[in-house]
Amino acid sequence: MTPEALTEVEMITVVIDGFEVTVPKGTLVIRAAEKLGIQIPRFCDHPLLAPAGACRQCLVDIEINGRAFPKPQASCTIPVENGMIVKTQLTSPVAEKAQKGIMELLLINHPLDCPVCDKGGECPLQNQAMSTGRSESRYEGVKRTFDKPVAISSQVLLDRERCVLCARCTRFSDQIAGDAFITLNERGALQQVGIYEKDPFESYFSGNTVQICPVGALTGASYRFRSRPFDLVSAPSACEHCASGCSLRTDIRRGKTLRRLAGEDAAVNEEWNCDKGRWAFKYISSKERIATPLVRGEDGELHDASWPEALAAAAAGLKGKRAGVLVGGRATVEDAYGYSKFARVALRTNDIDFRARTNSDEERDFLATVVTGLTTTYADIDKADQVVLLGFEPEDESPIVFLRLFKQVRKRGLPITTVATIASRGTKKLKAKFIPVVLGGESAAIAAISDLTEKSVILVGERLGESHGALSAALALSHKFNAKLAWIPRRSGERGSLEAGAIGNLLPGGRPVTDAAARVDVAAAWGVSALPAEIGRSTSEILSAANRGELDALVIAGVDPLDISATALTDLLNTFVVSLEIAHSAVTAVADVVLPVAAVTEKSGTFFDWEGRPRSFDKAIEEAQSRSDVRILSMLADELGAPINLPSVAATAREISALGKWDGAKLSFTSVSGATSPAVSGDQAVLASWRLLLDLGTLQSNEPNLAGTARSAAAHISAGRAAALSVSDGDLVKISTERGSTVLPVVVDEMADAAVWIPRNSEGSQAIATLGNVGGVVVSVVKA
Amino acid sequence: MTDITPRGDEFGLAKASADSTPIPDQEPSGFFKQLLGFWVTFVTMFKKPNTVQYPEVKEPTAPRFHGRHQLNRHPDGLEKCIGCELCAWACPADAILVEGANNTADEQFSPGERYGRVYQINYARCIFCGLCIEACPTRALTMTNEYELADDERSKLIFEKEDLLAPLRQGMLMPPHPMYPDSTDTTYYRGEVPGSHPSQETTSHA
Repeated sequence: MTPEALTEVEMITVVIDGFEVTVPKGTLVIRAAEKLGIQIPRFCDHPLLAPAGACRQCLVDIEINGRAFPKPQASCTIPVENGMIVKTQLTSPVAEKAQKGIMELLLINHPLDCPVCDKGGECPLQNQAMSTGRSESRYEGVKRTFDKPVAISSQVLLDRERCVLCARCTRFSDQIAGDAFITLNERGALQQVGIYEKDPFESYFSGNTVQICPVGALTGASYRFRSRPFDLVSAPSACEHCASGCSLRTDIRRGKTLRRLAGEDAAVNEEWNCDKGRWAFKYISSKERIATPLVRGEDGELHDASWPEALAAAAAGLKGKRAGVLVGGRATVEDAYGYSKFARVALRTNDIDFRARTNSDEERDFLATVVTGLTTTYADIDKADQVVLLGFEPEDESPIVFLRLFKQVRKRGLPITTVATIASRGTKKLKAKFIPVVLGGESAAIAAISDLTEKSVILVGERLGESHGALSAALALSHKFNAKLAWIPRRSGERGSLEAGAIGNLLPGGRPVTDAAARVDVAAAWGVSALPAEIGRSTSEILSAANRGELDALVIAGVDPLDISATALTDLLNTFVVSLEIAHSAVTAVADVVLPVAAVTEKSGTFFDWEGRPRSFDKAIEEAQSRSDVRILSMLADELGAPINLPSVAATAREISALGKWDGAKLSFTSVSGATSPAVSGDQAVLASWRLLLDLGTLQSNEPNLAGTARSAAAHISAGRAAALSVSDGDLVKISTERGSTVLPVVVDEMADAAVWIPRNSEGSQAIATLGNVGGVVVSVVKA
Repeated sequence: MTDITPRGDEFGLAKASADSTPIPDQEPSGFFKQLLGFWVTFVTMFKKPNTVQYPEVKEPTAPRFHGRHQLNRHPDGLEKCIGCELCAWACPADAILVEGANNTADEQFSPGERYGRVYQINYARCIFCGLCIEACPTRALTMTNEYELADDERSKLIFEKEDLLAPLRQGMLMPPHPMYPDSTDTTYYRGEVPGSHPSQETTSHA
C-alpha cells in the first residue's frame, strides 16, 4: 500500500466488550479485539493468510446499530463496521457457550496422544482447551482414527487424527508459496488434509506449514520426538544460507541445535522462511567438523597441533611471501573485514576476493561502483509497477524475494519480466513474461526492454555476471528509465564482504583502492604507513597465479573449489595453503595448516542481505569454544608481526562503524559491450544452469530428510530439440564436453531452442565437476 | 513510622519470643539431683533397643516408601516408557533427562510411535517427591523401595535407562522386538496383551 493510500483509509470505531476502539476500515473484528488486548481463541485465523472461518472457534456476539445477529459470528471473517457492538466470551455468556461447544466438538475426534505429540507444550489446541474447554470430556463414543503418521514428504509428516481442519497449511501453500500440493479431501467427519498422489509435497516452503499448524497434525521429521519446549533455549538469529536475510529463531538443547524456525520481521521475511533455512543446520554437528588446529607434517599427513604451533607454522609459511586471500561468500561482515584488513596489513596485498564462483572483471567493477550505493529494498518490490529479473531465478536463488514477488503477483497482478534461458517453475508461478535468451544474448535482450518507469525494479542476479556485457546493459537499462536496481547474490556473505572490502578493488566502506585519499583514510585508521595501491587479483586470477608460481601462499576460508572451476583444486597443489574451515573439505585435504573456525551458531556477527540491511545475530550456543575467523586472523597477524588488533567480533564491529562509509569520489563504471551467443548447430547446445535451492551444497550435508525433497535432476530441452532428437519426457540424453559427460532424463520445457539446462550442483548433475565449466560452454546433447 | 501489623501467630512464635527471657540459674542443689540426671539412662538399659545393625540387618521399609525409580515393561517385554518427558517436566529438582526417539519397523522398543531413547535420573538431585510418578501417563515410571543409593562419585549417581529398567520377568522378551500380533498401542494400554507371542521372538532373533 502506498503512503497516499494509507492516509485515505477510513477509520471506524467499534465497541468491544464495552471498550471503544478505532481501526482502519476492513480490519477484522478479531484483530480489533487484539488491539484492545482481548484475546479471542482461534485456530484458522492467521494475519498473513486470507480469512477462512474454518474452525469456528472465534465465535462472538455482534450487533450493528441495535440489530443483533441471531447467532454468534466468527470474528475472524467479519470486518468492523460503524455502530458495531461486539461481545466476546468475556462479556457474553452466549459467545462463551458457543466457544466451549466448538472446542468440545473439535476435541471429539482429537486423539489424547499429547504425550507422544511433538506439539505438546507449545500447542494452541492444548492451551485453548485449557482456557476455553471443559475440564472433562462428555464424549463416550469411539474416536475416528486414521493411519499415522503419513509422510507427505520426506520432511513433513501428517497425522490426520490430530487435524482440526483449519486449512492454514493448504491456504499457506496456495496463497503464500504458490505450491498447491496439499489440499483438503473428502467431506464431513472424514475430511482430511492430503497430497495429490502424482505430485509429492516438494515445496521449498513446506516447513512453514509445520510452524503454523495450530495442532500437531503436521510435524517435521528431523525434530520428531527430539525435545520439549521447556528443554529448549531459543536464540534469535539470522539465516546464513542466502542473501534473503531471514530472521530466524534457533532452538538449542544442551549445546545442540535441534530446530530452526522462521522469525518475525515484517520488513524482510514476514513470518516465513524456506526449507533450507529451516532444516539445513546439521552440517554444524557433522562428524567432519574440525576440533583442533592441524599442521601437515613431514609425512605429508595432517596432524593435530596446538594453537601456538599451528599459528607459528602458518606464520612461517606466510611471512615475506607473495600471498593471496580467498574469503568465500559466507563470511560475516566482521569476518570479511578481518580478511580485508589481514590481506592489506599483514600480507601487504590487494589480492583478495570473496567471489568463490564464476567471476569477471566487469562484475567487480559493477560491484565496486554500482552495488555499494544501491538502496533498493523489499518495500520497493511491494510498490513496483513492474519487476524485471535478469540472470536471477528467485525461487531457487533467493526464496524470500520469490515470496514477496508472488505476494504482489497474487494481490495486484504485478507484471514480471524475466530474461532467462528457461521458463522455470518459479517463472510460471509468477506468471512472468519470459524472454528466452541463450548465454551471451542477455545484453541485447536487456537493451530491447522498453516499457519501464521509475517505479520499476530491476533485480539482477549474480549469474548475470557470467554473460559478458550483461551487467553493463542492466545498468544502462536502469539509467534509461531511472528504474530501481538491485543486485541479489546467492550467498549470505557477499554483500557484506563487498562492504568490508574483501575484494581487490575496494577497501572497507566502499573506498576505492586506486584513490590515494581513500588509502590514506584507511591507513590512518589502521595505524599503518601505507596500503598497497594497485588493484588486486580476482579469484580466478589468484588461482591461476598460484598455479603459475606467481603466488607462494594462499589463505582460504570456506571455499569449495568446485564452485569456481574444475581445475581450481589442482591450482592449489604447489602453494602453501592456510585453510580456515569448519569441517574437512577438498581445500583442507591440500592445506598445509588448517585452523578450525566457529560455525554460525557458535559466534556472533552480522550478515548484510541483498538490500544491504544488517542482520546481526548473537552466539546461539553459549558454551561453544570455537573462535570466529576474525579472532584467529588477529592471532595470526600478531604471529606475523603485523598486528590487525581485532581481538573480538564486537571490537571489529566498533572499528567498522568508526571507519564508516566512503563519502569521497566514486569510480565510474566502464561499460562493456555485449557479447553474442556462441553459434551452435546439430547436436550442439549452449549449456545453461543454476543451483537449485536444495542440492549438494556443503551447508546442506547431513540432512537426508531435506535432501529427500530436492527436485530431481533432469536435462531440460525445448520442444524443437526434443523433436529433433526424437525424445520425450523421461528419456535419457547424454550431455558431454571434451572433459566429461553426464546422462540425465529429459524434461521438455519452454525455453530457448539453442540451449540445454541442467542443475549446476545436484545429485547426478554436477556441471562444473563433470562438464568442466558452466559459462556459455557448448555441449553436445545426444540421445543416450 | 507506621505500626507494623503483626503477622498471624498460628505457630505461637510471638509468644515464644516473649517468653525467651534468660533461663533462671538452676544450680544443682545436692547429690540427689545429680543422681536424678542418670535416671533416664538407667531406665533405658532395660528397654528393647531401637538400633538396627545395618548393613548386616536390613528391615523392610514402609510399602509406599519412595525409593529408586523403576521403568516398567509391558507383559511381552516392551518398555512402557514413551519418552514423553512429562516426568522431566514435573520434576521440581530438574533431576530427570529424557530424549525421545522414533520406533521403527526394525527396532520397536515400546508400543506406538515413540520411545525413550535416553532416560537419566540424577540421584544427586532427586528429592524423591514422586511428582514424576504422578505425571507418567503410561505407568512406566514407578518407585521401588530400594534406598541404598549412596555413592562416592557424583557421576555414579546418574542412573541410565538400563539401570532403571525393570528386569525381564517370565514370558518377557528383550526389546527391540515387534508388537504383539494384531495389537495397537491401545491394546497394550488396556492391559490386553497377555505376554510375549512366539512370532515376536522369531522376528527379534531373525
